[in-house]
Amino acid sequence: MSRLARQLLPFGSLILIICTLSALKPDTFLSTDNFLNVLRRSSVNGIIAVGMTAIIISAGIDLSVGSMMALSGMVGAWVMIVIGGTNPQGAALVIGTFAGIVTGLACGSLNGVFITKLKLPPFIVTLGTMSTFRGISYVMNAGKPYNIPHYKYLNEGVVLGIPVSVLIFAVIITLAGLLLRYSRLGRYTYAIGSNREAAFHAGVNVDSYLIRIYALTGLVVGIAAMITTSRAVSAQPTAGVALELDIIAAVVIGGASLSGGRGTIIGTLIGTLLISFLRNGCTLLDISTNVQLIVIGAIIIVAVAIDQLARSRAAVGQTE
Amino acid sequence: MIAVADRNRFSGVEIALRMRGISKKFGPMQALSDVSFTVRRSTVHALVGENGAGKSTLMKILAGVYQPDSGSIEINEKLQTLSKPSEALAAGISMIYQELDLAEHLTVAENVFLGMELPGRLPFTMDQKEMIARTTELAKRFDFKIDPMAVVEELAMGDCQIVEILKALTRNASIIVMDEPTSSLSESEAAMLFELVRALREQELSVIYISHRLEEIVGLADDVSVLRDGRMVHSGSMATLDIPKIVHHMVGRELKDFFPARNVNIGAIRVKVRNLSSGNGVESISFDIRKGEILGMAGLIGAGRTQVARALFGIDRKTSGAIELDGCPLEISSPTDAITNHIAFLTEDRKRTGLCLELPCSWNVTLPNLVAIGMKSIIQPGRENKIVTDIARRISIKWLGPQAQVDSLSGGNQQKILIARWLLAESKFMIFDEPTRGIDVGAKKEVYSLLNELAAEGKAILLISSELPELFGIADRILVMRRGRLVGNVNPEETTQEEVMHLAAVEATQ
Repeated sequence: MSRLARQLLPFGSLILIICTLSALKPDTFLSTDNFLNVLRRSSVNGIIAVGMTAIIISAGIDLSVGSMMALSGMVGAWVMIVIGGTNPQGAALVIGTFAGIVTGLACGSLNGVFITKLKLPPFIVTLGTMSTFRGISYVMNAGKPYNIPHYKYLNEGVVLGIPVSVLIFAVIITLAGLLLRYSRLGRYTYAIGSNREAAFHAGVNVDSYLIRIYALTGLVVGIAAMITTSRAVSAQPTAGVALELDIIAAVVIGGASLSGGRGTIIGTLIGTLLISFLRNGCTLLDISTNVQLIVIGAIIIVAVAIDQLARSRAAVGQTE
Repeated sequence: MIAVADRNRFSGVEIALRMRGISKKFGPMQALSDVSFTVRRSTVHALVGENGAGKSTLMKILAGVYQPDSGSIEINEKLQTLSKPSEALAAGISMIYQELDLAEHLTVAENVFLGMELPGRLPFTMDQKEMIARTTELAKRFDFKIDPMAVVEELAMGDCQIVEILKALTRNASIIVMDEPTSSLSESEAAMLFELVRALREQELSVIYISHRLEEIVGLADDVSVLRDGRMVHSGSMATLDIPKIVHHMVGRELKDFFPARNVNIGAIRVKVRNLSSGNGVESISFDIRKGEILGMAGLIGAGRTQVARALFGIDRKTSGAIELDGCPLEISSPTDAITNHIAFLTEDRKRTGLCLELPCSWNVTLPNLVAIGMKSIIQPGRENKIVTDIARRISIKWLGPQAQVDSLSGGNQQKILIARWLLAESKFMIFDEPTRGIDVGAKKEVYSLLNELAAEGKAILLISSELPELFGIADRILVMRRGRLVGNVNPEETTQEEVMHLAAVEATQ
C-alpha cells in the first residue's frame, strides 16, 4: 500500500460512511440541519483533538483533557457568577469565558511542567491530573453544576449562517495546521516526537517546547470547555468523562503514530468527522449508544492495524 | 569463471552452503544479480562489500526473510527452500545481528532455551536445572566462560555475544552468520570474540563473518567473498589477499590517495580548553586547537573521548573548566548554547542521538539551523529545500530528494545528512566523533576530503577516532586519552601507531 493510499484511507472511509448514510436515510441524514448539527458536535472534540495531535506527534499523550475541560468550564462559570451574581450577563460572561480559557492554559502548562521538570512519563502525569482536575471540579460546587442561563452565544450564535462554534473550530484547525507545518514550533514538535535525544543534541530546547505544546493544548481545551458550557447553559463537573478516548481515537484514525513523529491536522479533522458521522449515523439508524461503543472500538483497532501492516510492508520493501 | 575456480578450490572439502545464481529486485532496484556464494564446512568466511553492495540482502535471503527472484540454496548438500525465518533456523542457519536479540530480564540459560524450553514434571513448568546444566555443558565444550544463571542485562556486550552463540548452538546451527559483531565491542572483548569464532570453527561449524573492519578479517577469515553493486566480484582464499587487494575488489579501484594530501595552513589559536572536568568521568583536560588544524583524539573505548565532546557541547554538566573561542570565554550549559556559539558536534551514534529517522532529509539538515538560515518563526519550505539541495550536491548525497525520509538512505548517506547539517551551521569549532564508523570505504574517503576542506577554511577540528590509521593519515596532532585523562599529545610524524596504542592502553609506570 503506498503512502498516499494510506493517507487516503481515512478520507475514503469518511466518504463511504457519508454515502452509505445518504442512501439509507436520505431525508433525515441529507439535510443542512443534520450536517450543521454534526459539525457543531464535532467542533468541541475537533478543537481538543487539534491539541492532542500535537502532543501525540511529540510522542506524548494527554489523558487529562476531559477533566481539564470540566474544570475550565467550572472555573469560567464560577467567575461569571462571582462577578455577575446568580444570573450573570454581559461583561461577566466575557470575563468568565477568558477565565475558563486561562484555566485550561494553566492546567496544560502544569502537565507540561510536571512532564519535563520531574521527568515523568506523560501517561502517568496526565493520568494523575485527570483524577485531580476532575476532583477539583466536583469539590468546587459540592458536585453540583453552575447554571448560567444567559450564556448562549457560543452555542447558538450564528455568523453568516454558520454556527459560532463551527467557526471557532475552523479558525483553530487552520491555525494549528499552519503552525505545525510552517512554524519552528511545529517542526520541533515532529523532531522531538521522532527522536527526542537527537532533537536535544541538535540544540532544540526540548523541555521548553514540550511545555508549550501541552500549554497550547490546555488553551484549546479551555476554548472547547466554554463552548460545552454554553451548549448546556451550565458548567457540569461531569463534563467530558471518557472524552480522552474519543479524542485519541480521532487522532489515531487520522494517521498519527502513538510512538511520535507522525500525524497531520488534516488527518485528525477526518478522524474527528469520521467518528461524529458514525455516531450520528448510528443514532439515525436507531443503533444504541452501547453498540456505538463497540463499533468505534473496532474501527480504532482496524485503523491502527491497517497502518501497522502498511508500515511493515514498507519496511520490508527497503534494502539494507 | 568464478564457478570453475570454486570447484577447484573446494574439491575434496565438504560444502556447508552453496547459494547459486541468486537474484533479487526491490522495485526498480536490482539488489543482487546472479550471485553465487559457497561456504566450506569448518571455516570462517568473511563477506565484505561497501554499504549497499548487497551483503544484508544476501544474508536475509539465507535467513528466510526475503525470497530470491531466482537461484537456489543448498545447505549441507541438500536443496532448501527457505520461505520463512523458522525454516532457515530448522535448516541450521543462525543469524546474530548487529543489534542483539536477547530478553534482557531473563537469565543466560533462559535465553539460550528461549522458545524451546525443556518441559518440567508439572504442566506449564520448565526444567530449569536441566537447562542450566546443558548450557554449562555447551559452554564448556567451546571453552566459553559464562555464568548460565546471570541475568542478561547485567552482562557486558561481549558476554551477550556468547549468549547469542550458545542460542545458535542449542538450535543445532551448522552455519552462524555474524553481522558486524565487533561494532559495539571494546578491543579486549573483540579479541575474545575472535577466540569464540575460532572455537566454533574447530567444532566443525561454518561462520559467515560480515565486517567493515578489514584488519580483523585478515587475521580471522579462511575465505573471503566480496560483493560490489549486487554482484560477487571475488571469492577465494584469504591467503592470497591483503587489505589493499580486498579494498581494490570492494571499490573497483586502487585507493592510492586514500588520505588526500593536506593543504595545511595552520593559524592562530581558535579553541582553548582549560581544566575541563565533567561529572561523566572527564578529568582536567586542557588543549588548544588552531585555525585550520585537525586535532585527533585517540583512546580505547571507555577512555572518555566522547565524554569530552559531550562536556564541550553542553550535553554533560561541566564540574570545572573554561572554553575560549577566538579569545572569548564561552558559557555553555546546553547544546543550544554550543550551537549559538558556533560549535558543532557530529555524534558517533547517528541513530540514537543524531537523526530523526522518519522525518525528511531536509528537516534533519536544518534542525539546528532554522534560526541561522532566517526561519526563526516561519519556515519557508521552498527555500529550505533549495538550501538543503545545494549542500547535498556539494557532498554528493544520494537520495530521492530533500523530502525523502532519512531512513530510506544508506548508512553512508545518512552520515552525510548529519555532516550536511553541521556544514550548514558554518561552525568555527567542529567536533567529529567517529565520523567514518559503519560507512564504506568510498564514503570514508569523501569524509577525509571534507575534513581537509573544512580545515582549509580555517575551522578548528577535533577528530575523535578509534581507527589509528585514520588519525595518522589526517590529523596534525593527536591527543591520547586514558581513563578520562590526557596521557599524550603527539605529532603523528614523530611517533608510531604502536606507541600511541601503548599510551592509550598501558598504565604509566612511575
